[in-house]
Amino acid sequence: MNFTRLYAVALRQFYLMRGSLSRVLPLFAWVTVDMALWGFLTRYLNTVAAAGFSFVATILGAVLLWDFFMRVMQGVTMAFFEDVWARNFLNFFASPLTLWEYLGGLVVSSVATSALGLAAMLLLACFGFGLSFAAYGALMAPYLAVLFIFGIALGIMASALVLRLGPASEWLVWPIPALIAPFAGVFYPVSTLPPWMRLVSRLLPPAYVFESMRAIAAGLRPSSSSPVLTAGLLALAYLAAACRIFELTYRHATRTGLIARYSAESVG
Amino acid sequence: MEKILSVTGLRKDFGGAAAVDGISFEVAPGEIVGLLGPNGAGKTTTISMILGVLEPGAGEILIPDRERMNFAAVYAPLPGNLTVTENLRIFGLIYGVHDLAARVAALLEQFDLGKYRDTKAGLLSSGEQTRLGLAKAMLNEPRLLLLDEPTASLDPSVSREIRARIKDFVARGASGVLWTSHNMNEVEEVCDRVLFLSRGKILLEGNPRTLPEQHGKKTLEDLFVAVAREPLSL
Repeated sequence: MNFTRLYAVALRQFYLMRGSLSRVLPLFAWVTVDMALWGFLTRYLNTVAAAGFSFVATILGAVLLWDFFMRVMQGVTMAFFEDVWARNFLNFFASPLTLWEYLGGLVVSSVATSALGLAAMLLLACFGFGLSFAAYGALMAPYLAVLFIFGIALGIMASALVLRLGPASEWLVWPIPALIAPFAGVFYPVSTLPPWMRLVSRLLPPAYVFESMRAIAAGLRPSSSSPVLTAGLLALAYLAAACRIFELTYRHATRTGLIARYSAESVG
Repeated sequence: MEKILSVTGLRKDFGGAAAVDGISFEVAPGEIVGLLGPNGAGKTTTISMILGVLEPGAGEILIPDRERMNFAAVYAPLPGNLTVTENLRIFGLIYGVHDLAARVAALLEQFDLGKYRDTKAGLLSSGEQTRLGLAKAMLNEPRLLLLDEPTASLDPSVSREIRARIKDFVARGASGVLWTSHNMNEVEEVCDRVLFLSRGKILLEGNPRTLPEQHGKKTLEDLFVAVAREPLSL
């Protein structure tokens, strides 16, 4: 792994951001709108619901973490799409840049963009709506880590999908978080779901994070660290699988000549 | 002398048909080799395999110093949403260029791109984009340079300048070039040796200045037309 080459891939994204308000604004705009919308809603719910239950801590905290997860995933896919749109694969992959350096560069870009989004959300949620993460204590770090790793994994898998099916399949990528959300139990306990959906939930790392969060927000002490540990191991397994899928897709693309002539017209 | 590129029995099939059919050739240091042939002859497929973006079906490609390989092709423009300087910086980092700022400044000067240093590459004319692609190809002073129709979008004056620059570069003796072109005058001027490719096979090989006469043709262009129309007659 050559870190200068990895840095070059990330620097390309910085150059694109630097010169483009339309790329920078979405990093803050949608998460800010989301925080404001859910912030006011949870504040209202707090006034009409039974005393003692904080919607701000449970719902707004969950929205914040879910938005962070989506930002991480989109950080990878957006950086990848920039190369799709610029038809840059031939220039990159005919150079000494390796597949892993390229993916590493996408991940570094995603870290930077999702950190900016997270900072904006934290500022608004904490100072605008009084959301406090003090109750979660040191568990916040593993929560964020699990969602980050799973977001990276899904971003890489989504990129592999677009590499395999072509630029027109980009629309398949955007709804992925929305498809996962009902199973992840972002806003409600997993026990609310029918049995078959609960089975799917057990395979999704975010479900463990949100269950654990809700338990703590309800004043329960986590019985053990095993749910977060399970989520972490699951997220790492997804990441390993995503890297392998991307590698196989890339190999297929070099075998068929897709990388050399990648465009909307050349892929089915 | 160690070859810069050795290709042995290279083959690639698409849908059961051979795009490249067991070709073998070499490029030595200080040599410009022309890869000629009609459209669909297998030139770009061969170059893609050498670049590593297309997996060969069979055969071997030996490049002793792969990190010092570079290329320029009309179908691989640099990202249009980055400026000229940004593009050269990014690819300079990827190709591990030392003293990158000085190298970028020198290339901007050499390829007459100084006034466009802060212009987005997508806003350049096709000729300027071609010059930018060539500047990128020269970033790492490649030992093996692959040029797929490098002067296709350039006016005759700039083409001549570019040819002279590449010839000078190769004349230093450390580098070799594989050059495809449909401009036979250009090929005669720059290439030390040419390979005529048709239907994925090398039909002829030799000095572009003596090859037409050896095959009863007046010019290289006549020979090219003969190869393209009636490859079996040669």
